[in-house]
Amino acid sequence: MRNRLIFAGQFAFTLAVAAFLIVPAILSMVAGVTANYFRGVRSGLTLQWVMQVWELYADTIARSFVVALATLGVTLLVGIPAAYALYVRGGRLSRAIEEIITLPLAIPGLAIALALLLTYGGFSNFRRSWLFIVAGHVVFTLPFMVRSVMAVFSLIDVKTLDESASSLGASPWRRFRDVIVPNARSGILAGSLMVVTLSLGEFNLTWMLHTPLTKTLPVGLADSYASMRLEVASAYTLVFFVMIIPLLVVMQLFADGEGRQVARR
Amino acid sequence: MNGGHGVTVRVDACGKTFADGTRALEPVTLDVARGETLVFLGPSGCGKTTMLRIIAGLEQPDLGGRVLFNGNDVTGIPIEHRNVGMVFQSYALFPNMSVADNIGYGLKIRGVGRAEREARVAELVTLTGIEGLEHRWIDQLSGGQRQRVALARAVAVRPSVLLLDEPLTALDAALRERLRGELDRLLRMLGITTIYVTHDQAEAMVLGDRVVVMRKGAIAQIGTPRDIYFTPANRFVAEFVGAANLVEAIAANGTISLPGGQLAVEDASAAGNVVAMIRPESIHVVAPDTATLSGLVERVSFVGNRQRLTVSGATQRPLLIDAPNTLEMRIGDRIGLDVDPRAVRILPGERA
Repeated sequence: MRNRLIFAGQFAFTLAVAAFLIVPAILSMVAGVTANYFRGVRSGLTLQWVMQVWELYADTIARSFVVALATLGVTLLVGIPAAYALYVRGGRLSRAIEEIITLPLAIPGLAIALALLLTYGGFSNFRRSWLFIVAGHVVFTLPFMVRSVMAVFSLIDVKTLDESASSLGASPWRRFRDVIVPNARSGILAGSLMVVTLSLGEFNLTWMLHTPLTKTLPVGLADSYASMRLEVASAYTLVFFVMIIPLLVVMQLFADGEGRQVARR
Repeated sequence: MNGGHGVTVRVDACGKTFADGTRALEPVTLDVARGETLVFLGPSGCGKTTMLRIIAGLEQPDLGGRVLFNGNDVTGIPIEHRNVGMVFQSYALFPNMSVADNIGYGLKIRGVGRAEREARVAELVTLTGIEGLEHRWIDQLSGGQRQRVALARAVAVRPSVLLLDEPLTALDAALRERLRGELDRLLRMLGITTIYVTHDQAEAMVLGDRVVVMRKGAIAQIGTPRDIYFTPANRFVAEFVGAANLVEAIAANGTISLPGGQLAVEDASAAGNVVAMIRPESIHVVAPDTATLSGLVERVSFVGNRQRLTVSGATQRPLLIDAPNTLEMRIGDRIGLDVDPRAVRILPGERA
């Protein structure tokens, strides 16, 4: 009886995932290569919408990657040393700082964007450049990098590693370079993939911060839904999927690989 | 080895109060001679690791405390400039480096050239008996091998003082005993000033030139292993180091009176209610009619190399005796007990 209930539950869950996640995604992507959506697939398959998206939005797509990589760069440069300092130092102040860094997870992206606009909107050159979006993305993604690196730190007992390197005469910088970063590699990689994926998909903040000249992938997607044929918007979705899915797959593969490595230790 | 290597260490009024107000260490002053092995022994939470970390430079003593190496104040100098060698309980070997790179890391930091570094690493690999493991990764080593690598890494830099924080605790009993012997041989050979922290009294006895017994952040006794064992300063030391019978008795005129008879003591000045310590191995079983003290055998535990008797009636609480393993003994037997007066230690300052 109980087993059948569990089976029924799992079956219902599978159906729900299929109905609300997989089917809509596939339909949307198919729509992107359909000649005329309202007449359905019978109207024939075409790549013209994809081409159109590419022509219209190539620069947006490129910008998205530039923004994502720049965001990654900043979160690496700031996040890893921050995680090191927070973890090794410990104490109440470190915890408070960690909480503050994590705050953007709980605050709506729109609110953060608004705050950024209120504070820095007056610097018009900055406001108009894509760097303004990078700033927003860094605020949003930094906690993911810091948390992911700190999780590895506690896993490998980085504090004692740091102490043992210092007992051998290594300066803080040498310790960081020779011992801390190499041993936190898995967390840094996981954090990096997360940051890139989040940055590529970020809409809330970016929508508030962007100008017509600094659109990113998701903003362009909204734009095309609002102002183009449905087929074009769908083709856009297809392009988006093609961009982001390999990243997700790599992330998953990587997470699995690390899991095994840690288990072996 | 010719007066030893390394520095003298002086700990001057070093106490430690943590940020949350916990007093981990009462102000302690002590000296470590050049080439001496000093062991801090005590139960967990007694402040021994805090002491080691203060000497290492990983913790700062409370205001007024100073650490001196060869008479020079190093209190304000961070650990990386103190030239210490340290072995951690978890070994803290670098997983991203091979065994050889781990051992050579301190030399690399000091800018020692590759050829010299390799020579020194090879020397230490031989010294610690880990030949053939040089190119392994840390996660491919057993616990005992890791311990040896950690030791090799710590002494590679020819430190002024070697600091070991429970280096054998993570190992199983048999291996611990073997490595204890190896460590002893190695420390004697290196002759370097060594400070060793442990909660294992056997390790302290074997390795220490002197032992500092600690309790609740304060020193309970400092002395050679023999001092600590034969003349413990108080009840805590007597019970923590080895097995001990603590018997309450009334002393007068060089004897103590017990429920089962009397025993002569060396200390003729003892009078009134006292607590005496008698080690189980210093009590001899004799015929009951000739002895001044007797009791009933309550339990016999055959251990192998000896048998442990529990005897009631002689003292207020049952008395533990280590008897030769050949002695025929049955529960309920009345036996006489003989103790060398020098082996009865009246504990100063303890009142029954």
